[in-house]
Amino acid sequence: MQFPESWLRALVNPPLSTDELCHLLTMAGLEVEECRPAGADFSNVVVARILSAEKHPDADKLKLCSVDTGEHGILQIVCGAPNAAAGLVVPCALVGAKLPGIEIRKAKVRGVESHGMLCSARELGLSEDHGGLLTLPADAPIGRNVREYLALDDQLITLKLTPNRADCLSLTGIAREVAALTGAPLTLPAIEPVAAVHDETRAVVLDAPAACPRYCGRIVRGVNAKAPTPGWMKQRIERCGVRAISALVDVTNYVMLELGQPLHAFDDAQLAGAIHVRTPKAGEQLLLLNEQTVTPTAETALIADEQKPLAMAGIMGGEHSGINDATTDLFLESAFFAPDAIAGKARALGFSSDASYRYERGVDFELQRRAIERATQLIIDICGGRPGPVVEAVATAHLPKRPPVRLRLPRVARVLGIELGHAQIEKLVAGMGFAYERKGDDLVVTPPSHRFDIVIEEDLIEEIARIHGYDNIPAPPPTARCEMLPLPEAKRGAMALRRLLAERGFHEVVNYSFVEAGWEADFAGNTSPVVLANPIASQMGVMRSSLIGGLVGTLVGNLKRQTSRVRVFEIGRCFSQDAAQDTGYRQPQRVAALAAGPALPEQWGTPSRAADFYDLKGDLEAIFAPRRLAFERTSHPALHPGRSARVLLDGQEIGVLGEIHPRWRQKYELAEPAVVFEIELAALLQTPLPIYNEVSRFPAVVRDIALVVPQQCEVAALLAALQSAAPGFVREIQLFDVYQGKGIAADCKSLAFRVAMQDTRRTLADSDADAALASLLAAAQARFGATLRS
Amino acid sequence: MRPPFFLTGMENLEQLVTQATAAFAAATELARLEDVKAAYLGSQGSLTALLKGLGKLPPEERKSAGAAINDAKSRIEAALAARRDDLKNARLAAQLASESLDVTLPGRGQARGSIHPVMRTLDRIEQLFRSIGFEVADGPEIETDWHNFTALNTPENHPARSMHDTFYLLDTDERGGRVREDVLLRTHTSPVQIRTMLAHVEKYKHLEHMPEIRVICPGRVYRVDSDATHSPMFHQVEGLWVGEQVSFADLKGVVADFLRRFFESDDLKVRFRPSFFPFTEPSAEIDVAFMHGALEGRWLEIAGCGMVHPNVLRFGGIDPEKYTGFAFGMGPDRLTMLRYGINDLRLFFDGDLRFLSQFQ
Repeated sequence: MQFPESWLRALVNPPLSTDELCHLLTMAGLEVEECRPAGADFSNVVVARILSAEKHPDADKLKLCSVDTGEHGILQIVCGAPNAAAGLVVPCALVGAKLPGIEIRKAKVRGVESHGMLCSARELGLSEDHGGLLTLPADAPIGRNVREYLALDDQLITLKLTPNRADCLSLTGIAREVAALTGAPLTLPAIEPVAAVHDETRAVVLDAPAACPRYCGRIVRGVNAKAPTPGWMKQRIERCGVRAISALVDVTNYVMLELGQPLHAFDDAQLAGAIHVRTPKAGEQLLLLNEQTVTPTAETALIADEQKPLAMAGIMGGEHSGINDATTDLFLESAFFAPDAIAGKARALGFSSDASYRYERGVDFELQRRAIERATQLIIDICGGRPGPVVEAVATAHLPKRPPVRLRLPRVARVLGIELGHAQIEKLVAGMGFAYERKGDDLVVTPPSHRFDIVIEEDLIEEIARIHGYDNIPAPPPTARCEMLPLPEAKRGAMALRRLLAERGFHEVVNYSFVEAGWEADFAGNTSPVVLANPIASQMGVMRSSLIGGLVGTLVGNLKRQTSRVRVFEIGRCFSQDAAQDTGYRQPQRVAALAAGPALPEQWGTPSRAADFYDLKGDLEAIFAPRRLAFERTSHPALHPGRSARVLLDGQEIGVLGEIHPRWRQKYELAEPAVVFEIELAALLQTPLPIYNEVSRFPAVVRDIALVVPQQCEVAALLAALQSAAPGFVREIQLFDVYQGKGIAADCKSLAFRVAMQDTRRTLADSDADAALASLLAAAQARFGATLRS
Repeated sequence: MRPPFFLTGMENLEQLVTQATAAFAAATELARLEDVKAAYLGSQGSLTALLKGLGKLPPEERKSAGAAINDAKSRIEAALAARRDDLKNARLAAQLASESLDVTLPGRGQARGSIHPVMRTLDRIEQLFRSIGFEVADGPEIETDWHNFTALNTPENHPARSMHDTFYLLDTDERGGRVREDVLLRTHTSPVQIRTMLAHVEKYKHLEHMPEIRVICPGRVYRVDSDATHSPMFHQVEGLWVGEQVSFADLKGVVADFLRRFFESDDLKVRFRPSFFPFTEPSAEIDVAFMHGALEGRWLEIAGCGMVHPNVLRFGGIDPEKYTGFAFGMGPDRLTMLRYGINDLRLFFDGDLRFLSQFQ
């Protein structure tokens, strides 16, 4: 809602500066979004009349004007505007004037002296119009400062109103609010009934009384539709951001801005018989004023005569029944349409109108008669005409109710946390203009018809807080029971995990939860993903079921930006259908990481080597420590079939690890291999308490054993066999070398283990160690056909 | 007749000490020094010879001559020890010199990664609220319309419920893909309020006095909006405190305290401005103004908040006559931008390592 400060001050004028007024409004919940002067910053521009405009002797497009500037004399000015002509009254910038971006000096234009500049609207910052000189009314006082004459020191204030404050969508509403906040007197224009001078009427029938419980109509005959709109009215509505069109339309807009009541004027000559407010007939169509043809839905209310629909009630008038310059007889409409009947209808058609905007938020349902009287008076004053009587149709049962709201004074203190005395609360309620009765500790408040947002006690408490001022409520630290929160040691948060991954060189990314359908197919093998109905772009069309696609996308983006070493991770939700969930979708959080390019940053002391499966496996094992993971060969749509593993924790599959499939490397133009893992977050958040084992005081014995086994033998299985065969004093068996090549059969490999032995009760003898190694070898031989490497 | 020892021997002894010291000094290797030592102190050495000759002296001279020789011997030994130390030190110094490193060469190993700046902010928010007894709650991102709107007192035809603002899903089971009206991508973290209240009430239904609810709910939220200052996915943190004595003054106290701690600025200005949300009443927008820096003096909108609407408490299974509560929702993306002076929201979701690696 935009309006000029001067109009508001004409209704209520508290002793506040513009800044103070804006602050007051903002802090009362009517946020001032913008406050700017009506005109640009300029000086020394006066009203002038062009006495003569001759062609410039040396230039076809320039004119040599003689200009009367009143007390500043008659000046010779060279002007290029196409509309410069004798008799025109225009703004004239005198020598020394400062306009946005220029300063006017005496100049010679093509050899002729010019003592000033005649101005367009754009040159004065009034509009973008630069088609010619701004023409002022013929009666504008010559010599008068244009700033004063056009009241350009006025401020245009724009409020960003919340949807509950429809009552402030008019100057009257804002003025009422300012009066309540400041106590300054409210001076609204007096509205008197306009006496009928004939008795012609149109009957009004409310066929849809729930949508339209009140409708006032009146015929005005013999108006001059071509009469000009008075300057003061034009200026006010234009400063509210409403375009001036014709006197009749301008009056309806003026009254809407002044009182908040949308009005509509029909050309009475186009109407046939009684006016009906009804729902549409099957297939009925209507051409609206915006040249859109609509087929209203069954719940839409229409204004119709006995033959045809005329308008979409409360939304927009019809093209064929509207007024134009030739109109002489009017039918004025001032109606109350219920918010529920209007809400969402205009938006569904892809537009919004000033009327629908107000009706869907709530128009004062007792305003219609006053508004039609106000409009009638203004029309007669400006366009002449003979009014008939007002016809008012009311369906009282359907009018909004204003049931009294009980306000318990102790409740005010409890909700707001401040003690306001009874007297103060009564004063605040009275100041808002609410009728109330005191009943013991309670006030019983009847909200006014212009407020649609006072229904429950909290609504009144909010009003009290607002008028009292949020700033006047203290903000002490609250008091509460001082209980410690649980801190389970066997759990960690995602943040601890983030720190671990960051310390291992990974950068955290946040990728969109919606991805390209192709990523889901390629990296998750998912051809029926969760699909968005209204994505902002097709490559953000489906919900991800895996984080891998996003990380590959991150890799691609960074490669494009010439970052070739990429180590990234993400923690986020993945989505799939699951009828067992209350939402119908399973949405687990996962952790995924990707590494591509050199395993270590480029450095002088370590040879460069690309990160591979085992690097990332090491990272994964490290973030799980002290828990041990198991890995089993697997196949996964995203991954290289020979280089992918499913990850198990305590026998439960919790994710995958592997190298991106070469097929996708080619498709996504990845020069180097990339390895990824994706793990259920929940599995990583459990971290067991440490378990203490006695530390031995006896010396340790360390022996190495190298076993030659068939190529396909998996280390994990061999190691498990060794561990189960080892006597109790074997503390650790660790693989320290894998060898294939010279000295080993081509289909075999050598695995070297370091066996650490230590007893907690005695010093081990060589014979103990020998026996232990012998039993390890025997187990390896029996299960895997292993031989001792010679 | 020979002259007495003190006339000849003493002179010789002085010479001998000088000579030995000079010879030691001339030896530049430890091995060579040991050879020189033998010439004076070895079994064939000059001093040894003198000591051996003592017996030939008259008894009256023997004592003083012996003392003089021993004195010279210990002086030579001291000179030898000193020289030995010098040579050892020199050898060590040479070794150390040869072993010295370019200490300015970079260290070896893995570089550090980084934590996303918004997560850093969320962590700080969690820690600050944890310090006054708030726990962290969580909820789904595909949410039911009921949790996201209905239970939050948002009426059926509210503009937020349109496809202009809210992402909806297609029912892919149906041919042609009907738009599902019962689920959506949550537009705010507020539905976690409802889930938290319902779970809390269920958990403590056996108690006459329900313990307070104090939670914050961080997470991703979604709205149909994309430009320089809006992302279709962004973050939010919801806060909820419900108890028997929770007031608007408490809300002001908690949020203002949080903002000053978060920005580590005691002179941060915080103001609460009346506003409107369907799920709170009274409602407020929270603005802050910094007293220093590029944004000095400007009011910046930072959060929305209010007292939980009685209808919302009822939807959460809580009697609004017995309990009151406040809720707030703020944008950690914006808080992060203000805290670190980041000027483009899109950087958060772009995965650009040149940006992310700055948050180590």
